[in-house]
Amino acid sequence: MKLSKSLKLAVVALAASCVTMAASAQDNVLLGAGSTFVNPLFSKMFSQYTASKVNYQSIGSGGGILQLTNKTVDFGDSDAPLNDDQTKKMSAQVLHIPMTSGAVVVTYNVPGVAGGLKLSGKDLADIYLGKVTKWNSPEVKDSNPGVSLPDLPIVVIHRSDGSGTSFIFTDFLTKVNPEWASKVGKASAVNWPAGLGGKGNEGVAGLVKQTPGAIGYVELAYAVQNKMPFAAIQNKSGKFITPTLEATTLASNVVIPADSKVSITNTDNPKGYPIASFTWALIYKEQNYGGRSKVRATELVKLLWWNIHQGQANCAPLNYAPLSKSAVKVAETILKSATYGGKAIL
Amino acid sequence: MFCIRNPKFVENKRLKLSNSQLKWEILFKRILIAMSILLVLIILGVLATLIIESMPSIKALGFGYLWGKVWDPVQNIYGAYPFLIGTLLTSFIALIISVPFSYAIAIYLGEYNPKGWLSDLLKNTVELIAAVPSIIYGFWGLFVLVPMVRELEMKFHVLPYGIGILTASLILAIMIIPYGASLGISLIRMVPSPLKEGAYALGATRFEVIRSVIMPYTRSGLFAGVLLSLGRALGETMAVTMLIGNTSTIPSSIFAPGNTMASVIANEFTEADHTEYLSALIELGLVLFFVTVVINLIGKRIITRFTNN
Repeated sequence: MKLSKSLKLAVVALAASCVTMAASAQDNVLLGAGSTFVNPLFSKMFSQYTASKVNYQSIGSGGGILQLTNKTVDFGDSDAPLNDDQTKKMSAQVLHIPMTSGAVVVTYNVPGVAGGLKLSGKDLADIYLGKVTKWNSPEVKDSNPGVSLPDLPIVVIHRSDGSGTSFIFTDFLTKVNPEWASKVGKASAVNWPAGLGGKGNEGVAGLVKQTPGAIGYVELAYAVQNKMPFAAIQNKSGKFITPTLEATTLASNVVIPADSKVSITNTDNPKGYPIASFTWALIYKEQNYGGRSKVRATELVKLLWWNIHQGQANCAPLNYAPLSKSAVKVAETILKSATYGGKAIL
Repeated sequence: MFCIRNPKFVENKRLKLSNSQLKWEILFKRILIAMSILLVLIILGVLATLIIESMPSIKALGFGYLWGKVWDPVQNIYGAYPFLIGTLLTSFIALIISVPFSYAIAIYLGEYNPKGWLSDLLKNTVELIAAVPSIIYGFWGLFVLVPMVRELEMKFHVLPYGIGILTASLILAIMIIPYGASLGISLIRMVPSPLKEGAYALGATRFEVIRSVIMPYTRSGLFAGVLLSLGRALGETMAVTMLIGNTSTIPSSIFAPGNTMASVIANEFTEADHTEYLSALIELGLVLFFVTVVINLIGKRIITRFTNN
């Protein structure tokens, strides 16, 4: 008898705690999920934003999109715009709002070359295709006059996990090298023709640091924080651009289409760094779904509005590139198009 | 109900079972049954989910999935063969490396030195190996083991990647030692001393006692320990992912990079962004499930054969 009583008590207590948890989820807390890349920035932004609390789960872009499809979060965040398959699964139109932009840098470990390596996009793709295999091959030498490159095999390192970083990187290679475009293509995970895979930025960085002759790619913020050397990449105008926050912001300072779903790799801007991309917050255009209150919808749009304006001040200290002027303008128009019951929210 | 079923039990006056005791007895039995059934249901549920979710991929690719050699999410071509080979290769190499160690530990701590502080220290240390999280093995492997393997590879004149099948197998071997060893220690300690004393009385040396008395007596149990380690090796994900090189090609030698089923799933699942891709990954889980089941069945057969002999 005593046992069954205590069992009952335990069940009641459990149920009660579930109820309070559900209540707290409804009570003025916005839910978000998605990109791990943007997580440090979002954490900082949301800790400063006081009007409402935000609970952001960094489960990866794909996971965030899935959660938004299932309507378990208020917003998702993805490093790549929705593909056709993902768009089809959404029950309604989804808005892409650029939040910040990030750069992917090419890091390397070449004994005797401490920094200042230059690479063209085509050669970079040929290296990743396994066609250029030595550091002192003519392709690499041509871009680096005066640098003494060793007779060392190039060890190609790529991300083993599906990631937005890989998407941005392969998107760039697809644009600059036709053979890459036909053989491999762009995706968050591809059939890599050469090299080794490391899990996460830290996995790639670990392998590059340890392996003499290695080349890899990581996010700019990660490379800066870990003081890794990175290469200047030739952009569309033929200039070798060293990745910086300014060069990344400049990459997005081009004509951006109204839906902001644009790839800014291989940018037209002559001063822009060519391997860069937006990360987008994703929300449903029509916010009146699944019994959501108007208050909640308004809070969500206000939060994103704050993110693209005041929130941008947090970007630079954390090594994210702030949105360019043209990007903010497009983002404003998109946010204004969000509706509740057919009426504009803002 | 209880009284009718077991009249003898109640007639026993000395027991004087009270009503609540009887109730508890029935309740306890029911809890046990419910727990066991629940476990079976969970496994069946996992199997059903795997089959249902991998249906799109099974329909699209059929059995070709098992021996397809290309894994290309962009073109939607999926073949599990390289990962199947990678999984089996790393697990069995790890097993071959670990068995001498786990048997040696089991014999030493079970027979030569079963008591005392040294024995306790060693036993606890071995068990601690199993308690260390696999990510720590992964990082240790990456920063300590990989440079050592690279040195070795330079001596053999193969491409000095440092990571690959061999490195992953080495780290797996360390991780699975305690599973075989712990079971072995308890089993060897349980060998009845009259048997051993008899052998000693006949003039057998310690080694002869181990070979002719202890080993035959504990053979099936020791093998069960090996099976347990193999199961662990097949499913290990994190440490392997960090050290195997994650290349979707069939490994050409034990120094070459490869990939295992578990590590492909762990790597690619979160960002699998279209239906066929996700389904192909889940089918990989299904294949891993069957590989584990088949290996366990074979193991069980071997154990029964040993016991009968």
